[in-house]
Amino acid sequence: MSQTQVVVSGTKSAPKLRAEHLGVVYDRDGQSMPVLEDIDLDISDGEFICLVGPSGCGKSTLLNAMAGFLSPTSGSVTIDRETVTGPDPRRILVFQERGVFPWLTVEGNIGFGLSKLPRAERERRIAHYVKTVRLEGFENSYPSDLSGGMKQRLQVARALAVNPDILFLDEPFGALDSITRVIMRGELLRIWQAERRTILFVTHDIDEAVQLADRVVVLSSRPARIKEVLTIDIAHPRNISSPRYLELRDELLKQIGLAYEI
Amino acid sequence: MRFPRWLRPALFIAALLAIWEIAVDLHPGQILPGPVSVAGGIVDLLQHGLLLKYVVASLFRVTWGFILAAVLAIPIGLALGWYRRGELAFNPLVQIFRPVSPLAWIPIAILWFGVGDLAAIFLIFVGCFFPLLLTAMSAVHNIPAVYINAGRNFGLSPSAFVSRVLYPAVIPQLLVGLRITLGVAWLVVVAAEMISVNSGLGFLIVDARNAGNRYDLVLAGMVIIGVIGLLLDIGMRSLEQIKSFRWRSLES
Repeated sequence: MSQTQVVVSGTKSAPKLRAEHLGVVYDRDGQSMPVLEDIDLDISDGEFICLVGPSGCGKSTLLNAMAGFLSPTSGSVTIDRETVTGPDPRRILVFQERGVFPWLTVEGNIGFGLSKLPRAERERRIAHYVKTVRLEGFENSYPSDLSGGMKQRLQVARALAVNPDILFLDEPFGALDSITRVIMRGELLRIWQAERRTILFVTHDIDEAVQLADRVVVLSSRPARIKEVLTIDIAHPRNISSPRYLELRDELLKQIGLAYEI
Repeated sequence: MRFPRWLRPALFIAALLAIWEIAVDLHPGQILPGPVSVAGGIVDLLQHGLLLKYVVASLFRVTWGFILAAVLAIPIGLALGWYRRGELAFNPLVQIFRPVSPLAWIPIAILWFGVGDLAAIFLIFVGCFFPLLLTAMSAVHNIPAVYINAGRNFGLSPSAFVSRVLYPAVIPQLLVGLRITLGVAWLVVVAAEMISVNSGLGFLIVDARNAGNRYDLVLAGMVIIGVIGLLLDIGMRSLEQIKSFRWRSLES
């Protein structure tokens, strides 16, 4: 599919994903606890969205509701004008940890969602995504032999291999060390630019959000509402010491309610 | 100088055997036959062709009782573990039967199946069924939610979900349960053979005592039971070493 350059976030083209008055209430020991309240969000095709907010505010709940793992208490999520009623291979959720199947090799994991394809096509895709996430030479390794960063790349490859429209990533680099995390951001951007999927990315890391996203959605503390949607109007590759970067970063810190100085 | 790993226990056992022999020689009498006469007993059994016959008879009963229990208990346990409502309904019953020793079933076994192989196989089946049922149930409970969600995300059919997510996810725990239960089966077969059959290693022990106080044969039987139990355990452990089976111990 060709990507037209005129599509800028905020235009009136039909959204890829739309959340309308989305609300989720958890039931804990007979007490109802609202987690999400009245979330309205439009996301266009190919956009990279980061969801940030205070810890425990319901970022993951929002992601799970949009991915179909959780049915909303009120409101709805529609993708391509179709209401989301459950998980679907057209949109894959990448988990923070332990998301890859430890009983399958790297190839087995990447090919997990491809069993309906003819053998030749399956092998072609596995080879392509092994290369995309730079796991050449580890095709027959088990996840226990891989580092944390490699496991997350494997999970992304398994997700991309089924050719989904949307990737939901739930703090995918949250369990990695800070150096690996920076490298992984670069890898994800490279893959996103090559494959142009719509990405929803939950993070608690402000820098991560400003480095990656087209738009950053800031959630309030629980029950979470959308506090602010910030457009990151810096072209990739982003200079992380440019004045505009620092300005946006400060704006985000302020929105979350963090001090400038420690 | 490095010793091979097996040398230390081998030397230790040899020393114990020597002490045993010396102690028996110093106090000749009816306390216990010495290792030499036990070894003589084993040779005796071999020469009469009884050793192989009895071992095969015992293994035959264990194999059938154990396999029948595994074939029934594992699918039922997996299903009960998956469907919480089924578990709520059945769990009280399971918990009542579980602490009943399989040996308590001996009269019932004889009543239903008479004296013979079937009764012994039934006892082993009962002894294995409940531990395996509980293992399968808890194995399902312990599957990390991430695997289940990832499996659901890729749009698997229910049967594909069972064979490609549920089954591999429970295998490590099932193997541990199967290994422990095989040990139970081996315990039960000896007890069952003391009562209701006329072959097998349990029968050998009772028969050797009844037919003329051949305590060398009693001990020979015990040694063989121990060695075979050890070999069964080693066999099951080697299954756990298969890489796609033992992922749980590799995940930190």
